[in-house]
This record gives sequence, structure tokens and C-alpha cells, in this order.
Amino acid sequence: MKSKVITITLILFFLITFVIFFKGLKNPNLYTPISNQGKEVPSFELKSLGDNTKIISEKIFRGNKYYLMNIWASWCIPCRDEHKILMDLKKDKKIELIGFNYKDNFKNATSFLKDLGNPYNIIVSDKDGIASINWGAYGVPESFLIHENKIIKRFIGPINNEDLLEIKKIIR
Amino acid sequence: MRFIHIFLIASIILNFNFLKAEDIKTENKIAKNLRCLICQGQSVYDSDSEFAISLKLLIKNKIQEGMSEEQIYSFLKTKYGEWILYDPVFNRNTYFLWLLPLLIFLAGGAIIIRKFNNKNNLN
Repeated sequence: MKSKVITITLILFFLITFVIFFKGLKNPNLYTPISNQGKEVPSFELKSLGDNTKIISEKIFRGNKYYLMNIWASWCIPCRDEHKILMDLKKDKKIELIGFNYKDNFKNATSFLKDLGNPYNIIVSDKDGIASINWGAYGVPESFLIHENKIIKRFIGPINNEDLLEIKKIIR
Repeated sequence: MRFIHIFLIASIILNFNFLKAEDIKTENKIAKNLRCLICQGQSVYDSDSEFAISLKLLIKNKIQEGMSEEQIYSFLKTKYGEWILYDPVFNRNTYFLWLLPLLIFLAGGAIIIRKFNNKNNLN
């Protein structure tokens, strides 16, 4: 009787363990970023890309205007793809584009903008990538839609036409 | 007098190096316990991706600011979630993960003791 109880308990134990691990197999093993929607904009103090003047975040994100904070670099290939969409978005007067130049050098960054156009109202330089970590970013390109000093939407990877329509719908 | 001067300077330099070595040790320990988010299966310590390089620099700065290891982990947890930590914290979602090895150990031990007792009884 006793050995039967032990056998049943063992079988049950291994069965439960098997089910749990089997279910775990189906869970994605890729990083899904935590949502920072509704969170306050992290404050930063960075140098401007053009003239090395200090720019603080509180001076950028003001009032109830919409801002798109775009992390980009001249060495990032997908950034080239999304650039024409950013140029399109620039035409909309309800939104300001803030460029976050990620681990780039001045010469390459300026020639990138010279070739493809400059959609940004302000560009700050994140030379060592630490300011981007404060935003919870982990790659380029990445964009944050900001309204009233809060992040309202996050776009990981290059912005596509669908995202553009979504942004235009939000800021309308 | 000169000897005392040299001795003092040397001791300051040695102490400074010692402190720095401790900091580097902590930096490496933290970096080894962080998952590189863009390079699967690698820790931040092992990775040379741009993200990992920045993160290592951030850890160094935070240690210099006087942040403790735990404070750095919780800072990064607010930015990237628990996924960034290799060592999962003990909470409702990880009870099973933490307790399973202990349960297996106890069950195994109980079986061994039972077998041992049975053998003794037979003898």
C-alpha cells in the first residue's frame, strides 16, 4: 500500500513537472521589452550634435506638443530605411522630431543628414550610449512618441508606413 | 624625511589600486549576472555588442557614484524588466523554479533513507 502511494506520488510529481516544462517550451525565449508607456520622460543632459552646447530634456519636451524621440546612427542600416518616413513626418507641424544620435561620430552623422535630409528639430549626441539605457532602449533605431512629458508609444526597430499612419492618427 | 614621503606616496598609490581592483571585481560580477538583450545566450560581460559596452560603462559609473550591487540591479530592472537578470528573484512566478531542486533533493534523500532502513531491517 505504502509503495503504491509513493509510486503514484512520484508519477504525479514527474507528470506535473513535465507539463510545466512542456508549456515553458512554447514561451518565446526572446526579450520582450517592458512597456514604458505612460512613464515620464527620463531626464538627460546631453550635448547638441552641431555646436556642442548643453541641452537638457526639460527644455526640449515642453507644453502639450507631440514629440518623436528617434534614436539613430549613421552606421545603422535600418535607420536609412526609416529616414524617408521621418522626412515625411517632418512636414506635419503638430509634431517635433528629436534626434538621439547614438554612438556615432560627428563627420559621419552630418554626411548622413546631408545625403538623406535632416528631419530633426533638435539633435543630441549620445556618445557613450548611456542616455539611451536610461530610456530603456537597447538598439537602433528606436523611437518614442511623447506627449505632455510622458511616453505614449514606443516603436522598436525602423518606423514603417503603418507606424507613420498610427502616429498621424494619434496627433491629429 | 624623503623616505617617509616616498613611503606615503607609495602606500596611497597601492591603496588606490586596491580599491580600484575591488571595483573592477564588482563590475565584472554584475556584468556576468546580466543578460545581453540583443545577443541571445551571452552575458553582458561576454558580449562586445554596442549595448553591452554601454551597459558595462554604466555599471562602472554607477559604482563610482556609490551605488551598491543591489541598487544597480534594481535600476536596470526598472529599465528592462526582470529578464535582464540571470539570477531570477524569488517571487510568485519563480517559486517553482527555486523550490524544485530542493524538493527533488528531499524526495531523493527520503527514498535513499527508506531503502537504507529497509536493507538494515532485512539484515
